[in-house]
Parts: sequence; C-alpha cells; structure tokens
Amino acid sequence: MTFKDLLHETYAALSGNKVRSGLTMLGIVIGISSVIAMVAIGQGAQSSIQSNIQSLGSNLLQVTPGASRNAGGFGVSSGRGSAHTLTLDDAGAIGSQVQGVAAVAPEASGRYQIAAKGTNTNTSVVGVTAAYASVRNVQIDTGSFISDQNDSSGAKVAVLGPTVVTDLFGDSAVPSDAVGQTIRINQLEFKVIGVTAAKGGSGFSNQDDMVYVPLTSAQRYLSGGKYVTAINVQATDAGSMAQAQSDITSLLLGRHHISDPTQADFSVLNQNDLISTVSSVTQTFTLLLAAIAGISLVVGGIGIMNMMLTTVTERTREIGLRKAIGATERDIIRQFLAEAVALTLIGGIIGVAIGVALSYGVTALGIVETSVSLPSVLLAFGVSALIGIVFGWYPARRAARMNPIEALRYE
Amino acid sequence: MIDIRGITKTYGSGDMAFQALKGISFGIADGEFVAIMGPSGSGKSTLMHILGCLDTPTSGSYRLDERDVSALSDDELAEIRKDKIGFVFQSFNLLPRTTVLRNVMLPLVYAGVGGDERSARAARALHAAGMQESHFTHRSNELSGGQVQRVAIARALVNEPSLILADEPTGNLDTRTGEVVLGTFQKLNEEHGSTIVLITHEPDVAEHAKRIIHLRDGRIVSDDASHAQRRAAL
Repeated sequence: MTFKDLLHETYAALSGNKVRSGLTMLGIVIGISSVIAMVAIGQGAQSSIQSNIQSLGSNLLQVTPGASRNAGGFGVSSGRGSAHTLTLDDAGAIGSQVQGVAAVAPEASGRYQIAAKGTNTNTSVVGVTAAYASVRNVQIDTGSFISDQNDSSGAKVAVLGPTVVTDLFGDSAVPSDAVGQTIRINQLEFKVIGVTAAKGGSGFSNQDDMVYVPLTSAQRYLSGGKYVTAINVQATDAGSMAQAQSDITSLLLGRHHISDPTQADFSVLNQNDLISTVSSVTQTFTLLLAAIAGISLVVGGIGIMNMMLTTVTERTREIGLRKAIGATERDIIRQFLAEAVALTLIGGIIGVAIGVALSYGVTALGIVETSVSLPSVLLAFGVSALIGIVFGWYPARRAARMNPIEALRYE
Repeated sequence: MIDIRGITKTYGSGDMAFQALKGISFGIADGEFVAIMGPSGSGKSTLMHILGCLDTPTSGSYRLDERDVSALSDDELAEIRKDKIGFVFQSFNLLPRTTVLRNVMLPLVYAGVGGDERSARAARALHAAGMQESHFTHRSNELSGGQVQRVAIARALVNEPSLILADEPTGNLDTRTGEVVLGTFQKLNEEHGSTIVLITHEPDVAEHAKRIIHLRDGRIVSDDASHAQRRAAL
C-alpha cells in the first residue's frame, strides 16, 4: 500500500462522515489554539514587563537611603528611604572609587504642587544632573535636558514629562507648547526648557509624570539640604553589576562608619535581580496557562480515541473484507493510525492558525503585546501528531487484531 | 492444485470441544467448478474458511499450489489470500460510497500493483464479470443487487487468483438475478478457465457446478461429477 493510497483511503474515510470528523477535530483545534495563544500571551507579558524594567535604564543599580532611626535609640523607624544619609559626596566617591561603574547620577526628589496659567498639578520633582538622562534612559522629545551648566549655576529651569504637559497645558497640548513657558514649583518660577519622550507607565511609578530640575536647584530651593534621595549607578556591563553592587555596599558602609552590614542605612537595588524575579513569576504563570490549555489537548485526544473506536466498530465488516483480500495487520494499523494522525494534524494546523490569530487579536486590542514563537508552533505540531499516534494506536491495533472470519460475519 | 488430506477442525477444548470437520480429503484440479453443499451445521463454512486460508485446520494437511498452508502465521496467510484467493461473499461486502472501479482495485492496492496497471486490470476484470463501462464510476450504493455481486466477482478476479471462493453468492439475490450471477461464474469457468469453489445449501445453485461435494456433520457423504455428464447430455 503506497503513501498515496493511504492518503486516498484516509481522505475517503474522514470525508465520509464530515460532521463527526469536524467535531472530533474541534477538540484538538481548541487545545492547540489555546496552548499557542496562552503561551504567546504569557511570553508577551514577560517581555513587556522586562522591557518596562529595562526602560528605567540599562545595567542599573540604585542606592536608596535606609530607614531613619531617631537619635534616642528606641529604634522608632520612619520607614525605608526616609533617612537623609546619602550625600553628593557619596555619589562622587562611588564614581571615583568603585570599579566597573560607567556613570553615576544622584537625584533629589520630592512631591510638589506645580502651577501654570491657572491650572495646577501635584507630581514628582526630581533634581538631577546631566548624567541622569543616559543612566535612566530618559529621551528628550522637544528642547533639551538639564545640562551640567544648569546644575552648577543652580538655574531655575525644568524639563517636563508628557503627562505633566497635558496636565498643565490641556489635553491637546503638544510638547512644543510647553517649551519656553514658565511654571511655578513650590511658588518659585521655573522656565521649561524641554519635554521628555513618552515611556509609558510601569507599575506604580509613571515615568511620564515627572518634572526634572537641576540637582543643585532642587537642593537649594525645594528640599533645602545637601542630601540626595537616591544615587543611580550605571555599571559598564551586566557582568560587573554584582561586583559593583557589593563594592558600593562596602564603600558606603565604610563612609558611614557602620561595621554591621545588617545595620546599613542604605540599600543597593540591582535591576537584574528585579528582572529575574519578575521573569520567574511570569514564567510560572505562562506554565500554568499552558498546563490548563494542555489539559484541553488531552481531552481532545480522548475525543479522537473515542471516535476511532466507534469507527473501528462500525467498519468491522470492511476490516474483515480487507483482511480477506490480503491486508496484513500492518496495513490495517497504518490505515487507522493515518486517520487519527490526519485528524490531529489538520486540527493542529487549524489550531495554530486560530492561536496565532488570537495572539494578534490580543495585540491589536492593546491588551498585551504578544509574541508567537516558532518553537511553540513546532511543539504544537509535534504534540498534535503525537496525540494522533498515542490515542489512535489502541483503536488501530484493535482493528488489526480482528479475526477476519468474525469480522466478516459481524452484523 | 488443491490437495486436502484428513482435515479436522475442532472448536473449544475438553468437554466443550466441538468437532466441525471430522477428516475430510479431496483434491481439486485447475479449471474445475466445484460446489460444496450441505445443510447448515454440516461444516461447509468451516471448510470454506480453511480453503480460503482465513483459518487453519486442527489437523491434516492442505496443499495449495504445491505449498503446505495448513500451519502458517496470520500474516503469511494474508499473503496467500492476497496472491491466490478471490472471495465472493453472500453480503457482497463492497466499500460503501466508493466507486465500482476503486472497489475492484482494492486487492491490487494491497498487492502493490502500480496506478496505471491497476485500472487496466480492474477494467478487464469488470468486463469479464459482465459489467458495462458506463457503470465503472458509479458508487457501489447506486447499483442493483446483481450488479453489486458482479462487481464483487470482478474484485475476486482482479488478482488473477488460483481459486475463486464464493460463499452463498446468490443468497441475497432473487432467483432471476441469482441465475445471472451463476451464469457469470459458469462463463468465467468455461471461457477463462477460472477454478471456482461455490459453497451453498441450495441444490438448484449447486447444479450449476460441474462437480458437487456433499457434506453432512463434518464428513463428505458424496462427491460426484456425474450430474455434469447428465447436464452435458441434455
């Protein structure tokens, strides 16, 4: 029996009962398409979260102050980040003494009321140096970012995030409307010199709802101290981050005269740790979704087996005839296995098409940017063929083992 | 060509054992047209299954074309059936919703005969069985009973088997159609020299053969070709 004959027989058998073949196939279609769509959505969510984290800057370490404890020694904590323990000198020391550091960008931030032309808003005002733009990956849309000269002169200039622009100048305001305008931060006038490009919100901190001013100006006019609220450190490459993190920790422990690392008045956050944590969470989630979809595949496979068993019983006489005219067990097994595999493969192809369409639909609706990966498509094909073989084997063998005499007599 | 010696067939074992064939011996030469007759329970179906290599005897020997086929495995028996035996069944057993041509080609599919030769041989067999060209592309469920049985005969012929075994081929047909089908067998036997074994319980049907073997309770009670001479004398 040639392959062409096998295809012909399979086509004749499956098209003989189109409704039943279609319904059986539907189980596989649903299983495969949901596996593809679920994995695509899971991977899409993972890469979108990762790119959000990466938009904060690449190879980023962030030093933040620890909790301030009051001098009385009763250990009343005001919460992490509240202590005024980090200074510009700490930032300078990190830049000059720690290996593998590409750039250091200290910041002094706070929330202030901001007003322009009768409208006002309350948002984060971040005092930054020129290095901040490259370290934290801030892109300028219009105008320019804070320069070192702005910083050293303590200029009262500001760079706005796109959200702030619309909050202050109306929903239809474009970035160029804001540049050159004067806004009031904490009752002091600042001139807008630039607007940043939109980054999109990530979690709780909206990167677009920010006002940047020179660090010196922030300290002089707004926070009124020489403290910084965070030091952003960019490592030269991903490989040197762990080393830089521990070097920064020991440098600052020394500078702050703390011998016990558990009593440190600051903490160093490593961006990679964050990414790997988030990745493992989303991977688990993707696996969970795929497992649920996988169950529906198994159910689909049982549907195939059910149909094949019915088919074998219905066609008992045909099997008897085929054996009588010389079909071997192998011929019969191949014929029924081919039917099962054809069902699952066609179901698999339709399932992949629907799964890909669903993924694009989810992307088009803007729910999450999905990505259908080639391995998941290949895996789906492999799995569907395998299901055909696994669930088709038993009915096919039953057909092949039939006694031709009894099969021919079957009513 | 067919040489059967001391064939027995026992079903079950111990107290439940039932001996369907109790030692049967006969020979059939090439080109014979033999009817095996007997009432139900006489063992003629069992004998047919053994002759058709669908089953093996409990004891005794069966030589088909000089080869002992009485103790072969299932797959070896399938090979023998494919090359040497053509079946015609009482209930036709054509594939439904399949064309006449395709039905007749089915044994060639398993025999590994190529596409062009396949349809040529199927057409030849259909002509020999008295089917008209215009019916070749009809589906099997669009034919009359007599046509269906002639398609089944063509299917049995297509592999040029040593032996055509017909099991009650007229059992599901009215008398007139049955006559046509039996005429087809006679024609095949006389014009093509096909060896035919017809299993039946109807004397009228058996009369069409040249030799009649009577079975009763698993034994041969008569084996005579005399009626053929009688018929020839008519």
